Amino acid sequence: MFGLDKKDTSLLIIVAIITLLAPFILNPFPEGSAMAQFNAGYPDLMQRFVIFGIFAVGFNILFGLTGYLSFGHAAFLGVGSYACVWMFKLLGYNILPGILLSLVVSGIFALGIGYVSLRRSGIYFSILTLAFAQMSFALAYSVLSNPKFNLTNGETGLQVYTDDPQVLMGPNSPTVPNLFGLEMNATYKLELGPWLFQFNAGYYFCAIVMLLVVYLAIRIFRSPFGLMLRAVKSNQQRMGYTGLNTRPYTLAAFVISGMYAGLAGGLMASMDPLAGAERMQWTASGEVVLMTILGGAGTLIGPILGAGFIKYFENIFSKINDNVLHQWFAFMPDWMENAMVFIVHPFIGKGWHLTLGLLFMLVVIFLPGGLVEGGQKLMRWIRGDRRKKKAAEKAKSTTTTEPAE
Amino acid sequence: MDGFLLQVLNGLDKGSAYALIALGLTLIFGTLGVVNFAHGALFMIGAFCAVTLQRVLNLSFETIDETKTDFLGNPLKVKTPYVESWFGPEVGATIIDWAVPLSILLAIPVMLLIGLAMERGLIKHFYKRPHADQILVTFGLAIVLQEIIKLWFGANPIQTPPPEALMGVANVGAIVGLDLPYPIWRIVYFCFAAIIIFAVFAFLQFTTFGMVVRAGMADRETVGLLGINIDRRFTIMFGMAAAVAGLAGVMYGPINPPNYHMGMDFLVLSFVVVVVGGMGSLPGAVLAGFLLGILESFASTTWATTTIPGINQIIIYLVAIIVLLTRPRGLMGRKGVMEE
Repeated sequence: MFGLDKKDTSLLIIVAIITLLAPFILNPFPEGSAMAQFNAGYPDLMQRFVIFGIFAVGFNILFGLTGYLSFGHAAFLGVGSYACVWMFKLLGYNILPGILLSLVVSGIFALGIGYVSLRRSGIYFSILTLAFAQMSFALAYSVLSNPKFNLTNGETGLQVYTDDPQVLMGPNSPTVPNLFGLEMNATYKLELGPWLFQFNAGYYFCAIVMLLVVYLAIRIFRSPFGLMLRAVKSNQQRMGYTGLNTRPYTLAAFVISGMYAGLAGGLMASMDPLAGAERMQWTASGEVVLMTILGGAGTLIGPILGAGFIKYFENIFSKINDNVLHQWFAFMPDWMENAMVFIVHPFIGKGWHLTLGLLFMLVVIFLPGGLVEGGQKLMRWIRGDRRKKKAAEKAKSTTTTEPAE
Repeated sequence: MDGFLLQVLNGLDKGSAYALIALGLTLIFGTLGVVNFAHGALFMIGAFCAVTLQRVLNLSFETIDETKTDFLGNPLKVKTPYVESWFGPEVGATIIDWAVPLSILLAIPVMLLIGLAMERGLIKHFYKRPHADQILVTFGLAIVLQEIIKLWFGANPIQTPPPEALMGVANVGAIVGLDLPYPIWRIVYFCFAAIIIFAVFAFLQFTTFGMVVRAGMADRETVGLLGINIDRRFTIMFGMAAAVAGLAGVMYGPINPPNYHMGMDFLVLSFVVVVVGGMGSLPGAVLAGFLLGILESFASTTWATTTIPGINQIIIYLVAIIVLLTRPRGLMGRKGVMEE
């Protein structure tokens, strides 16, 4: 279907089903129950899942396929956000022009940075992209917000004010980001007994965009172009010796992944019409690297898993506090309860980053292929176990096997 | 002329910190071939060694002084640090006053141990893995170290004042007849950095140990074949690099009160410094550190910021980009390093 083979089609369909039914899947616990804090089915978090999913899928096209580790991808995200908010300011709250502009601007930006950075490889490339991103961050934070030429609005962040032109706004147009009148923050709430499910227009818009770009990513992975990128990863020198200029290919991959990031930035601004410079900081770039590695670099589904995993646990872990812990361990004797709370305390709430760092180290050390590899290993272990049992049974039944030559 | 020299001086203290961190990074990279993203965290831990010692020295017990009363008329409680009661009030007060320089004695063994533990426990397993993996695992380690420090010491910067004798401002230009007031501690920091840099170079140049290490940097396999346990020496070099970063951190406290993310702030810049200097070149790292520090201070002058707004924010990155594109191996990089 759609030019995909059977395996990829089923993968895409599974992703589609999961994303479209996410409000149900992510809300397994009834409202008001003790477990409700593990629910993730509210619009804000679901939007973040898919937006960072797009970001990570795009990053994976560069890092997973070509092996070029960019430490400055957040710059494209930030540029995309700024472009989108500027469209809101100039044209009006329809998100389509904003997202289109963020794609174009981030693409041009990526072309420029990529053209320069891709002259080097390895750690030099990482440092160059980092340098460009930090430069953009510093500029957006300070110089580009002077009164004469206020492009980014500095620390406050770029936002829409009432005296902005907004030339396409009619008298009845909604004053929040919308798609031809469909407001992005519109939420339909469905109550089913004790359960509360929220269906948010913005989420579904992002989800559909994500499905489209995941489809595109699958096509890229399976195309001759994708094969060429993999060849760059495995041995670039040899590619050069065969008389092939690899730079156009890597540059194309860089621009595509930059545009993915720009798209994510545009969507982020469409969900919440605000763009700040901190989105471009190198910690944000580090985050997307984490997501991709955690999920599994070079795999199709890995980055989305990684993004979802990190955003979910970030959200859940930061919400848990000592009182919740005391409830959990209430069944233990008092001294043990206190001891457990004391042990777990550093890892929750504000200590989420500690957990993230540890988790990240463990993944890199033991599972370089990320969650996807972990899943595969697990499956193989289960299957391999069965196969061994069968083999053992066979060996018992036919004890007299002919000796090897 | 005065202004020019003042900017050079201003650049020297930041440049010293860059140079020291970059020196350690290059040592690790040159010996073990590992890209250590946790090096900034080591710098930060060094600074917190000073904080720890300062706190330990200030541990005190309370006595009730019957002769004096507080404003409520109760007998006054007087806090006396243990150090003062052991060594007498004057010596004790001096020891507390000199907490930061004294921390050097604490930081060297602590940082050596941390470095050795890090190398043996974690980095050792990453020699054969791709550079991307090394970057990622040390990045994770940096986050963990940073968060542990944050957990223990809180998120706010902690003041670590220099000894009273080294506070204040001195006129360093007086010798050559110029008027150049400059904080004394920054001069101390620069001298300290210079001593450490010379010590590291002398160690590598004039001791047998250093000679073997240099030989190992040039050709690890051959040195191994000659029957020398090069791995153990490289581990010790890792510990030394950690100690250099830690010492840079200890003495930096009075210039900039330590907080948990100071390491990360310096790390990004130090990597740029290493790359500008040339991956694997020790003199290159030191040269680039001072050069970029001084350039940064020149770019922060009013003249520069009014001519090209924002230049002070981006100068280092700009220089890095230009250097990498015109001299791909950095200022003093050797052939064949990181070029696979």
